[in-house]
Amino acid sequence: MELFELSALEIARRVRSKQVSARAVLDSHLERIARVDGQAGTLGGDPQAEPQKIHAFITLTADRARAQAEAVDAKIAAGQEPGPLAGVPLTVKDIFTVEGTPSTAASKILANFIAPYTATAVERLEAAGAITLGKVNLDEFTYGSSNESSAFQPAPRNPWDTSRVPGGSSGGSAAAVAAYESPLSLGTDTAGSIRLPAAYCGVVGLKPTYGRVSRYGLIAFGSSLDCPGPLARSVSDAALALQVMAGPDPRDATAATVATPDYLAEMEKDVRGLKIGLSPDYFRITYFDAQSGELVERALPPEIQNAVTDAAQRLALRGAEIVEDIAMPHTQYGIPAYFVISRVEAASNLHRYDGVKYGYRAQSAGDLREMYRKTRGEAFGLQPKLRILMGMYVSAAQYSEQYYNRALKVRSLIRRDFDEAFGRVDALLTPSTPDAAFAIGGVYGDSVLMQYADQLLVTGNHAGVPGMSVPAGFNAAGLPVGIHFFAPDYREEILFRAGYAYEQATAAEAWRAKKPAL
Amino acid sequence: MNDEITPDVFAHLVDLAALQLSAQESETLRRQLNNQLKSIREMLAVPLDENTPVASRGVEYTPQNSPALRRDVAHPHPAPARLLQGAPEVAEGYLVVPETPHQDLK
Repeated sequence: MELFELSALEIARRVRSKQVSARAVLDSHLERIARVDGQAGTLGGDPQAEPQKIHAFITLTADRARAQAEAVDAKIAAGQEPGPLAGVPLTVKDIFTVEGTPSTAASKILANFIAPYTATAVERLEAAGAITLGKVNLDEFTYGSSNESSAFQPAPRNPWDTSRVPGGSSGGSAAAVAAYESPLSLGTDTAGSIRLPAAYCGVVGLKPTYGRVSRYGLIAFGSSLDCPGPLARSVSDAALALQVMAGPDPRDATAATVATPDYLAEMEKDVRGLKIGLSPDYFRITYFDAQSGELVERALPPEIQNAVTDAAQRLALRGAEIVEDIAMPHTQYGIPAYFVISRVEAASNLHRYDGVKYGYRAQSAGDLREMYRKTRGEAFGLQPKLRILMGMYVSAAQYSEQYYNRALKVRSLIRRDFDEAFGRVDALLTPSTPDAAFAIGGVYGDSVLMQYADQLLVTGNHAGVPGMSVPAGFNAAGLPVGIHFFAPDYREEILFRAGYAYEQATAAEAWRAKKPAL
Repeated sequence: MNDEITPDVFAHLVDLAALQLSAQESETLRRQLNNQLKSIREMLAVPLDENTPVASRGVEYTPQNSPALRRDVAHPHPAPARLLQGAPEVAEGYLVVPETPHQDLK
């Protein structure tokens, strides 16, 4: 086994015990990236370039990584504590600021922005010994489920089938982890943006409880919904990363003052005694069909349903109690409410990009107002513009009662669904996504249908509860399928127990040994 | 059903949003917005009683899980020149912008 194939836990163990140097681990990953990633995304780049490559990166910071690896090796040589992530390569979604490096949000408006400070989540991972390889691609400002909206092309491709999207918005993160370019990646999840690409790419993706991880240094989308979290190839690596990232932060007043458990120890407790619920409301989706103008309801594909029921049976065999009739009646309203709440918050957050303080400024012979209009018109892509306009419309004085306030009340009802469910069970087991990864170009352009890919995940963002997608095999087309767990506020350890138990229960399955053919 | 966001409403939104758009872009955006509104209106079917609270976020913040508020004290940045390096135009430590629209008072 080559070094780039090792888990984060195993890399840290070997580096800490001097079996291998952080520099050797880094070199192995940089060679892997050189072999499989192809050209990085650039502003105005060719979307069709190198269609067999992954294109996870926007910025590879190899020199910075070498300096970090050498610092870890020097610490170990000096007998100092190198941290629990000593020598573990990390990729960072380019929505986090990292001091002295480009932090673009995959948007032309921030293409030239060099961050003057580092996000708390990145700072904590690096302080624990992680080696940041660079910044990976995403949908522009995280607005999408496919990565196709990135202003930096070529956009990432799915390592299991490069004609398919990796999902989004943390698509570069999921693709990099699945393609063995890094064992860990830092992503964000506003409506499923960690968990959906994790499911599409066959990796683990964790959205922690809102407030479990600081948002300081995260370029904001929906401030009441955004959650930083890890993507990894195993539940234990995700647990290790969250252990390091979680906790209060004086620079973020929404970072909760809640103690962080020992996740790796908790994870080993298995599922005996846990009550795990299944909800029929998560086995169908309801979506608005733009062609017919009608609401359409359909059951999920049998192979996705079967993955969930198979997982339930395996967990039951390990001692979990499965409860099958959990009602979550407001699930279908998650996307409509999200269309309102996230747009209002996005519009507010995007007002700061005006060509004055940082980022792109249009060449203009006119006055300040014209400069604003030209700058924002030229440098925002279609998705930010859609969000700004919708956010302004549904929060306007004459419409806010009908739309915005109603959406906030619907969020209360979604939260109530979870409160009532967690009065009966310890966790919910659901499918991650309604389908496996779709073809590049297959959905892009239909902003409504694209959003509905998140229908089974966005409820967790409305409610603030933690959720985790775990690989559960492949469909008939050879594409990964995910299962998903929800747990109550600040109970991520339940997700790790359930996810790890499922990994153990499927360890001997042939699909576990599959790797992308790159 | 007629489009809820008419060309006039759309033009007003674009002006408020400080966006300069091409005609083609405007057409695409207005169509997408109206499609999204059809989905949003699905929410109007949810029965809400008058006591249903609005939720500004899902997780409840209590004294037990909330950090103490910072003191409202300004701290000088250690390197303001570094912050200004990212600005499109600066002069003598200030941000420079084009002329601000104004009206001369008599």
